[in-house]
Parts: sequence; structure tokens; C-alpha cells
Amino acid sequence: MTTLTLESLRHDKRAAIAATAVLGLVLAVLPFAVGNALGNSWLRIVDFALLYIMLALGLNIVVGFAGLLDMGYIAFYAVGAYLYALLASPHFGLHVPIWVIIPCGAVLAGFAGALLGAPTLRLRGDYLAIVTLGFGEIVRIFMNNLNAPVNITNGPQGISGIDPIHLGGITLAKPLTFLGFTIPSLHAYYFLFLALALLIIFVTIRLEDSRIGRAWVAIREDEIAAKACGINTRNIKLLAFTMGASFGGVAGGLFAGFQGFVSPESFNLMESVMVLCMVVLGGMGHIPGVILGGLMLTVLPEFFRHSAGPVQQAIFGKILLDPEALRMLLFGLALVLVMLYRPAGLWPSTTRRREFKGESTTDVLKEGE
Amino acid sequence: MLEVTGLRVAYGGIQAVRGINFHVNQGEMVALIGANGAGKTSTLKALARLLNAAGGSVRYCGKEILNLPPHQLVSAGIALVPEGRGVFPRMSIVENLQMGAYSRRDNDGIEADKEHVFSLFPRLKERAFQLAGTLSGGEQQMLAIGRALMSRPKLLLLDEPSMGLAPLMVQKIFEVICAVAKEGMTVLLIEQNAKLALEVSQRGYVMESGEITLTGESGALLEDPKVRAAYLGE
Repeated sequence: MTTLTLESLRHDKRAAIAATAVLGLVLAVLPFAVGNALGNSWLRIVDFALLYIMLALGLNIVVGFAGLLDMGYIAFYAVGAYLYALLASPHFGLHVPIWVIIPCGAVLAGFAGALLGAPTLRLRGDYLAIVTLGFGEIVRIFMNNLNAPVNITNGPQGISGIDPIHLGGITLAKPLTFLGFTIPSLHAYYFLFLALALLIIFVTIRLEDSRIGRAWVAIREDEIAAKACGINTRNIKLLAFTMGASFGGVAGGLFAGFQGFVSPESFNLMESVMVLCMVVLGGMGHIPGVILGGLMLTVLPEFFRHSAGPVQQAIFGKILLDPEALRMLLFGLALVLVMLYRPAGLWPSTTRRREFKGESTTDVLKEGE
Repeated sequence: MLEVTGLRVAYGGIQAVRGINFHVNQGEMVALIGANGAGKTSTLKALARLLNAAGGSVRYCGKEILNLPPHQLVSAGIALVPEGRGVFPRMSIVENLQMGAYSRRDNDGIEADKEHVFSLFPRLKERAFQLAGTLSGGEQQMLAIGRALMSRPKLLLLDEPSMGLAPLMVQKIFEVICAVAKEGMTVLLIEQNAKLALEVSQRGYVMESGEITLTGESGALLEDPKVRAAYLGE
């Protein structure tokens, strides 16, 4: 359904402009609506959802486009976050401006991505998953232990007092006054994150449509055939790792500035799994699906957290199950249901949908997954 | 055009190809036949640089290609149709053909070549926007050949195009291979179906346990009592 309307938008220019205007208006009003109706804790969740959307889009390049199963993706988020924390906090007494740190974070994370990609070029599927999982853990353990003999990361205590994001002379930590309007801090972060998320979406869409994007998909479909078509599979795979990782680095830097605190705790395996779930559940390789996945998987657990207690109170008169435990249970259940009833994801690409419907019975899944 | 000398391929300690020599002249169709496990596919994979040769030399148009990375072979004019077809299952037929032209940038030429492939395989044109994974085995083989042609090769390497196909489909595919060869394409054909391969090719090599044991005009090989006994079931 949704894709059908998207298709018609592609053909009808006026409808497309109208839809863009409506979407822009919704996105502009959203933080004020959420902030007023649901409170600031929900606005924080929306801000985080934008960060996770950036992460999911980055991982989508590696997993969705190039078909390389990466279980340690959060390591690149960690690289970006720690870079920001080290360069803009009292820890080293450095206060580098954000427009230097974020690009540096993207480059450093991209380099880390290439570092992971180079030795794993021959691996695929479950083998690659295990190596990348190990890589993710190595990065986390490094952060955990680099406090001796020289204290670089401050170990398990993490780094606190990180500078809030400031652009030019304006800090986002305090309400901004802009043309007579006052924009609270969380709203300002929302608009910054939204701008970068839109930039990443734009880059991803352009990439998908490019020779590089087609080469990624070819490698995912059949690596030998891709080589036989004249694709330099080594470079193209490295590029997937690098591009994906650099998005993670950008999101990580924003996270550190937003949160004001980083510790190795935030970058554990569960986080990698979560981002992977966003990609798979949303619809692997399909950009709108991945965005939806990132949004859902950030908002749903929080929704369960907030509603599990009151709902029990209303039905049973008392709280029978710890909301914290119940929320993971419900979340797990939601994942199972989605995979059972929408195996291609919540919003799959037309190709995937055709394939899962089995438009013809022969050799549909020749290569398997 | 293609000059193979002393080519060796090994998997660990096991030698699959033990120093073979053969050549393919410009405009000629040459068949490399042999039983399962004789080393035919290993030879072809080494030529297409999908496998590292253990030794020997392969000269293409006078230039050594064993040290080239695989993706450069395509722009040099060598196209491989991999064993077991190897189409991109979740791309449509048109997208598969466009991937074949990945190394080219002349959009008009690509468009013209696509039409040419469709004229060779009208079946593909009927299903242009169908996913390749949903095609029948024979249609996938057609698509794999079509995709290889899209790189506008000078030398076409075919790995077992008849494998697993119904006899009628095999006949159709071979008609097209012959048509392509008639247009002046140089073809190296690897086949288990010795009779068919020798009927369409000009010269043939017989491979056994990693060595070339017989060679000659295809017609003569078809009459050879050893070939008849070993491969033609007589």
C-alpha cells in the first residue's frame, strides 16, 4: 500500500511537492507536539530515535546492500562517541569545536571500518558475523581497559562532563532565542539530529542509485558473478564497511555531545543486535523500511516501559510483573510476531516482497540467505 | 588469442590441474571436454582469475594475465559464464544485463547490446522485468550468457552451459552459442556433454585427471575410438 502511494508520488510532481511540504511541517512541529503532550522524556526518546535511524542506515549499507552480516557495528558508534568525549571534555582539557570533531569521527570510524573489512574480505555469513562480533567486543574492552598505564578512556567509569554540542557561539545546552522564538535545548538537538539524519538519508539514497550501490547489491546476490561482471569486489566491500562505519561515527559523536557522558557500558553487544534488528525488521536494504525500523525499535521498548505499569494497575489493581522485565518480554514477542507475519520486514522493498510472495515457484531462493 | 602453457592449479596439496598446454585462436570455438573432476572447471576458474594458479602462464593477446585481478579481465575483453549459471536472483532480467555492462560507460552502446541480447533470446525480452531467481534453469542460463555478452567481450568462457537442463533447452542454448560464434566471437567451451561440444566446436581438448590426454579437430575426436568409448558411451 505504502509503496504504491510512493510510486504514484514519483509520477505526480504536484502530489510529491505537497507530500514533502506536509512531511516537512510534521517534522518541524513534531518536537513541540511531543514535548507539550508527552513531556520531555519522550522528546529525548525522539532525539535518540534519530540517532538510531542514522546507525540503522549505516548498518544497512553493510548488511542490507552488500549482504555482509556485521554483528559488531556499535563499535563504530563507540569510536565516534569516544573521539568526541576525548576532544571535548575536561578529561584532557580539550574543547575542540563540533564541526571539527564530527568529520574527524566519521573519518576515524571509517578507517576502523576498513580495518575490520580488510582481514574479513573472504568471510561471509555466520563466519563474518563471529569475527565482527569479536571486533565489537574488542573495541568495548579497549575502552574499558585503556585507563592504565596511561589513562586515556578513564576505564569503566567512562568520561563525564562532556561539552554539550555548540555551533559557533551558540550552545545547544541552553534554550535558544531565535527571531523572538525560544527553542528549548531538547528541541534544538532534535533539529540538529534531524538535519544530519536527512543528510545521511540523502547520501544513502544517492549511493543506492549509483554504480557503487548496484555493485554492493551484485556482491550480495552472487559474489562470483559480481567478479565475472568486472566488479572489483575487494574495494567495493571495503567501501561498504567504510561508508557504513562512518555513519556510525557521526551518530556516535552526536550521542556523546547529547548525553554528556560516555562509558563502555553503552556499546555492548546488545546494542549491535538492536541496530541489526532495526535493519532486518524494517526491511533489509530498503531505506524507508530501515528508517521505520529504527523509529519503531527505539519507541516501542520505551512505550512498553511507560505503559506496562499503569496498564497492570488498571486491570489488576496492582503491579504483578516488574515493568522492566515485562517490557523486554513484550518487545521479544513483538519481534517474533513481525518475523512470523512479515518475514521480509515491516516495509520491504518491492523486490523482497515479490520474492517472499513467490511470484513463481522455481528457484525463488536459489542462493538462500 | 589465448595461450596457456604449463598451467597448474592446486587445492592445498591436491593437484587438480597438472601443467596443461592449450591455445585458442581468434574467431575459433574450442571445446575442453572431460569427465566430472577432470579439472575443467578449475582450469577455467584459473583463467578467469577466480582461483590462483599454482604455476604456468596464460597469455591473452600476447599479455600475461595470471597476475591481473579478476575485474580487469572484463575490460580486457574476457567474459565468463560461471558454472551453475550464477545470475543475480533478486535483480530483474534487465538489471542483470546492466550489471554485465558494469565495466562500460557508453550508454547508447549498452542499450544497443541489450536489444541484441534480446534478439538472441526473445524469451528474456518477454520477461524483462521478472526477477532472475524466478526463471527456469534454461532461462537463467540464457540470461547468464546474455549478461556475459553485455561486456562486449572478445573471448567468451563458457562453463558447462548444458548442465542440468532439459535436452530441448540445451539445443536452444547451443544454437545461440553457435550464432554468437558465427558473429566472430572466440569461444572456449567447457563441457561434460562431449558429443554436443565436439559437434559445435572446431577443435577439442580431452582432459583426464588434470591432464590433457588428447587433442585434435573436433570431427576427428568424434571419430576417435578412445573418445567414443570413454565419453560417447560406445
